[in-house]
Amino acid sequence: MSANELTIAAARDALRKGDLTAVDLTMACLTAMDAGDELNAFVHKTPEIALDQARAADARLKAGDAPSLCGIPLGIKDLFCTKGVPSQAASNILRGFKPEYESTVTTKLFAAGGVMLGKLNMDEFAMGSSNETSCYGNAVNPWRRGNDETALTPGGSSGGSAAAVAADLCLAATGTDTGGSIRQPAAFVGITGIKPTYGRVSRWGIAAFASSLDQAGPMTKSVRDAAILLEAMAGHDPKDSTSADLPVPDFEAMLTGDIRGKKIGIPREYRMDGMPDEIEKLWADGQAMLKDAGAEIVDISLPHTKYALPAYYVIAPAEASSNLARYDGVRYGHRAKLAQGDGITEMYEKTRAEGFGKEVQRRVMIGTYVLSAGFYDAYYNRARKVRALIKRDFEFAFAAGIDAILTPATPSSAFGLGEMASADPVEMYLNDVFTVTVNLAGLPGIAVPVGLDRKGLPLGLQLIGRPWEEGDLLNHAYVLEKAAGFVAKPEKWW
Amino acid sequence: MLDLTYTAPTPKVISGAKHDWELVIGMEIHAQVSSNAKLFSGASTAFGAEPNSNVAFVDAAMPGMLPVINEFCVEQAVRTGLGLKAVINLTSAFDRKNYFYPDLPQGYQISQLYHPIVGEGEVLVEMGPGVARRVRIERIHLEQDAGKSIHDMDPTLSFVDFNRTGVALMEIVSRPDIRGPEEAAAYVTKLRQILRYLGTCDGNMQNGNLRADVNVSVCRPGQYEKYQQTQDFSHLGTRCEIKNMNSMRFIQQAIEYEARRQIAILEDGGEVVQETRLYDPDKGETRSMRSKEEAHDYRYFPDPDLLPLEIEQAWVDHIRETMPELPDAKKARFMGDFGLTDYDANVLTAELDAAAFFEAVAQGRDGKQAANWVINELFGRLNKEGKSIAESPVTTAQLGGVLDLIAKGDISGKMAKDLFEILWTDGGDPAEIAAARGMKQVTDTGAIEAAVDEIIAANPAQVEKAKQNPKLAGWFTGQVLKATGGKANPAVVNELVAKKLGL
Repeated sequence: MSANELTIAAARDALRKGDLTAVDLTMACLTAMDAGDELNAFVHKTPEIALDQARAADARLKAGDAPSLCGIPLGIKDLFCTKGVPSQAASNILRGFKPEYESTVTTKLFAAGGVMLGKLNMDEFAMGSSNETSCYGNAVNPWRRGNDETALTPGGSSGGSAAAVAADLCLAATGTDTGGSIRQPAAFVGITGIKPTYGRVSRWGIAAFASSLDQAGPMTKSVRDAAILLEAMAGHDPKDSTSADLPVPDFEAMLTGDIRGKKIGIPREYRMDGMPDEIEKLWADGQAMLKDAGAEIVDISLPHTKYALPAYYVIAPAEASSNLARYDGVRYGHRAKLAQGDGITEMYEKTRAEGFGKEVQRRVMIGTYVLSAGFYDAYYNRARKVRALIKRDFEFAFAAGIDAILTPATPSSAFGLGEMASADPVEMYLNDVFTVTVNLAGLPGIAVPVGLDRKGLPLGLQLIGRPWEEGDLLNHAYVLEKAAGFVAKPEKWW
Repeated sequence: MLDLTYTAPTPKVISGAKHDWELVIGMEIHAQVSSNAKLFSGASTAFGAEPNSNVAFVDAAMPGMLPVINEFCVEQAVRTGLGLKAVINLTSAFDRKNYFYPDLPQGYQISQLYHPIVGEGEVLVEMGPGVARRVRIERIHLEQDAGKSIHDMDPTLSFVDFNRTGVALMEIVSRPDIRGPEEAAAYVTKLRQILRYLGTCDGNMQNGNLRADVNVSVCRPGQYEKYQQTQDFSHLGTRCEIKNMNSMRFIQQAIEYEARRQIAILEDGGEVVQETRLYDPDKGETRSMRSKEEAHDYRYFPDPDLLPLEIEQAWVDHIRETMPELPDAKKARFMGDFGLTDYDANVLTAELDAAAFFEAVAQGRDGKQAANWVINELFGRLNKEGKSIAESPVTTAQLGGVLDLIAKGDISGKMAKDLFEILWTDGGDPAEIAAARGMKQVTDTGAIEAAVDEIIAANPAQVEKAKQNPKLAGWFTGQVLKATGGKANPAVVNELVAKKLGL
């Protein structure tokens, strides 16, 4: 087994025992990263930073002063601002942008001894479910449908993160999740991804998509790794007014594997018309696994679920239309070449037309529309009311004693790149049907790989937890992971 | 404390070609909050810094940067609200006002549309002794200032300076209770005075720290009273908003012009179009900036980067307990404690440091006399030299010393003025200077009597005239003062002259 294939937990132990050095581990990842160019997962490689950090990690390991992620090579989603390193949110409008500051999350990861291999591909400004809206071109899923060489999507928006972790180009990666952007790609590539409670992880230094929904989280090879990485990422940040001033528990210590007596809710509204029977079966299998572990399976109702997707596609674009107004060509990033006589209006129009891709433009227009005079109450305000009702649905369920809610993570396995190109954008938006409710309610949600479909592609289930109880949620996921015994890896073709 | 009761002033009436018209005016004052740091960043607010030197990442709207509220700016807004006797909202919230302009890096201004921090209050605007307009305040909200666009540095390029970007402003919105250009200026003056007393805005209009948007409409006499009874705006005329004025004079001129423009339109059978206008002080006219149809759709929505702003009543109470004495109270106290006239009390309370100066001089002395000296001698001299009270070379102790010498009868009024001059230019202790320079008036009746006798004896013709016309006795007093080199106490001289002449 090559070192880059290790989990964080395994590498951590090997590093501490002296069986492995951080530099060797990093070199193994850098080699894998270069060999994985066909996956188009890394869009900016930072080997020099990685090796500097690895050497520093080795010194700390030697000194017996090793923090939790000491020497662990990570990939960072391009949405995170990393000081002096291109941070473009996969958008042409930020071409060449190198921030003068380091995001809170990456600052924490580096402080914990993490090693940055480079920046990871994603949908432009995290808007997309297939990684196809990236200005770098799409990342590719390391999984294939058996011998079929059709290139598949790694999901989105954190598609580069998903592909890199699944293909062992790094030990783990950061993702961000506004409507499912961690959980859907994690499910599509057979890894674990957790979106924490809104406010658990600082948003400072992460280019904003929809501020009230965005949360960063880990994408890892195991639930234990998710616990380790989340603990390093989380915590109160006075620079983010929406960050919660709560202590971060030792998540890893909460992985007891004991969920006896816990109540698992199965929301009937998540049983969609036309749901593939493979997903149905996976869901039923997951219920059986948790039941076998001593949990009680309870049918529950989350009655406003069907309004979640429309509400999400009003609120998220509304916030995005405002958040993306700053990309105007005045101060940084791309500015269009102007013709003689062009004024400020032409500068804005040309810069934004050239800099933003189609999907971003579509969402900016939707968002502008739903906030405009005369439509505000019908769309934005109504969506906010729906959001409050969705949140209340969950509150009722938890108040009734439910500990976690089990749902499918995605309505299908990974689809082919380009397959949705001619489809109505709404079909693409349907990918988020199981995940957006969690963002709207601000809850923690985790995707865990549970099985393979007929074509040999990974399928995941989602567990939704109580607010601020990521530890308990991770423990449920840990039980599911153990019971599912998902060990499949994509066959290396790249 | 003296209870001041007022009657409302009569509204300004403008005679058109056909009818009489009244004005209805409401104002939005943008007051820069006195604070060292910006509303949502730690960047400095110092005026006059090198362009783009006071800019935090969040002010420049760099990707991923987030606003964090400056608690002191909130405190200043609360203090202002309390100073305007307003409702303090313990829960308020910030909204985004979206529009594109190069000096607005975020592409939106963070403001408080739906839930302002301060609710209804009032300002008492005095228009003369016993006459005042009570102007209702609708709300005060906190918001970010924009940066500065500079269009005249290059023929083809515009430049932006973000130093002012994100500086905290209070927008103070009045009801349409102002009834003329003079009232409008008086309202701004009073508001500025209160803000300066509170220390929440320095009120420097030249630097743009206090700017006014003025809403002007005209109506026929009687209509306003109907509006007042019903609060139904349909009784009033269509208004135009004149934006961004930073001079009391321009505010009055703009209102006067705008009212006459609207009257001319209405009397011609036309309709006033609701629009935003700009005042051009060079031409003395307002002109259209944008019509209602062209108005921006600001797409306000709650800022998701900021949680609702919750403050505690105990904190508000604490701010209330540490409030300074405000102009109305100070004026009443000056009139009550020192017996000042309405006029003098107004003059002395206009600025806080002048009031403090007066009070220090007046303490334990004759208040009226202190007021006369501060207003006539000190202010007169300061004005002449273009100095502020803080720059006064004469201290409160020195001026007080002069007044003490007068009160004791040691020096005459004329000597006191000379002494003041010396203190102004050379400084020193008033009593010592008076002694050193022999500035001591003679009150010894014996010495004065001798002088009076001498003058009477030498001028028999004048004596006869004065006996027929007692008003001419003053001539003898003047002669005696002259003969004694100004040192004789005039009151004593007067008395003796009258006695000797048998008047």
